Amino acid sequence: MKAAGVILAVAVALAVQTTMARFLVRGSVAVDLVLVAVVYVALTSGPVTGLLAGTFAGLIQDALTTGIIGIGGLAKTIVGFLAGIVGTQFIVAQPLPRFVVFFGATVLHAVIFMGLYVLTNQRDFGTPYAAVFGQAVGNSVVGVVAFQLVELLPGAMERRRAQRSSRLRR
Amino acid sequence: MALLDIRQRSGYLFLAVILGHILLISAQVNSRTGVPVLEAVTFGIFSEVQRGVSTGLNGVRHVWGTYVGLRQTKTENEELRRQLAEAQVALQAQRALADRAHGLEKLLDLKDRVTLQTTAAEIIGAAASTDFRTVTIDKGTSDGLRPDMPIISPAGVVGRVVIPSARSAKVQLLVDRNAAAGALIERSRAQGVVIGVGEDRLRLENVSEAADIVVGDTIVTSGIEGIYPKGFVIGRVDAVEKSGPAYKRITVKPAVDFSSLEEVLVVTTPMPAHETAQGVSE
Repeated sequence: MKAAGVILAVAVALAVQTTMARFLVRGSVAVDLVLVAVVYVALTSGPVTGLLAGTFAGLIQDALTTGIIGIGGLAKTIVGFLAGIVGTQFIVAQPLPRFVVFFGATVLHAVIFMGLYVLTNQRDFGTPYAAVFGQAVGNSVVGVVAFQLVELLPGAMERRRAQRSSRLRR
Repeated sequence: MALLDIRQRSGYLFLAVILGHILLISAQVNSRTGVPVLEAVTFGIFSEVQRGVSTGLNGVRHVWGTYVGLRQTKTENEELRRQLAEAQVALQAQRALADRAHGLEKLLDLKDRVTLQTTAAEIIGAAASTDFRTVTIDKGTSDGLRPDMPIISPAGVVGRVVIPSARSAKVQLLVDRNAAAGALIERSRAQGVVIGVGEDRLRLENVSEAADIVVGDTIVTSGIEGIYPKGFVIGRVDAVEKSGPAYKRITVKPAVDFSSLEEVLVVTTPMPAHETAQGVSE
């Protein structure tokens, strides 16, 4: 069931990423929803699930682009594994620590991804500091909001339901 | 349950996966000819998913826009937009013809001139990664699309087909880091190469020191790479930085707004690059 959930989360992230790209890319801020999904899965399910989610998502993402298959997979595998370890070794239950994890994961992903492309002489990224920073902030905000929604939404709906039923009783 | 079993050996699993990735990357870096099979198959399958999602979204948008919104105004607006797009394409074709007629080519090659044949395609998806500037269109090899066919829009050059599947194709936008096109300054006829940098601007390189380039100059395709038809608008010179007599950096603002592209035209008239590729495959 967990594997199906991971596959579904990655597939949804990919589908939204590819069909809603115009809303996700604003100037130098380009949210990578697939990376956000991988880090989310890693934080909630641990390093092995994060690793597998990263591998699966990264390879699919690579296969859908014109780049080298495996570079995105490798970057997301490492990020998923390390984010999972961070999730199990540290308490990452508040928005700020989560923001830091998403931010760090995005920067690490960019370093590995761009570094491998530069090492293999396949692409030149110039000076991508602004783009990486923008993406890190964008991913972190989306990731933190996703956590908040998943955690707070069921409780809020339950409270609203209880209020409504008590009003009806009166 | 399978996940729980391998959880005991997470370190080994991690190393194995990393090794697998490194082998996969190495294999591709050593052999860079053609499109990898995995890439083509995955793209073919996923493009159907993109088509489904895009159709669903378009259906909802269509119902909302046509039946709930201002129905009459919307229809009229679409018709006017279509007419404007056709007029702009015709203008570009005229510009291309005028360019050709302008130079020495007129004397050499007047009889070979042909009108460009195009087929309209709708964009059904964007790149799966933000590091690549590609889109997926809803036309493929069954509609006559081949690799390296140029893609244009009423505003100007969009990019080229890189991977066509049966019913869809991946298009590399001109702003992608790996994209380039032969370019010509329309006013001074100076030549160069326009290169994508992965952002919303292009760079003009390989320009002679003697070339006359000023901000605002229109840049058109030179057709020298054998992919894009000559004389189609790429963009306008946005900034020119000089270091002594040499040009240090020339930034070009693309004529096409890549963030709001919805429909494009695929030029199906064979270009020199296609003819060469077909000759090789035969």
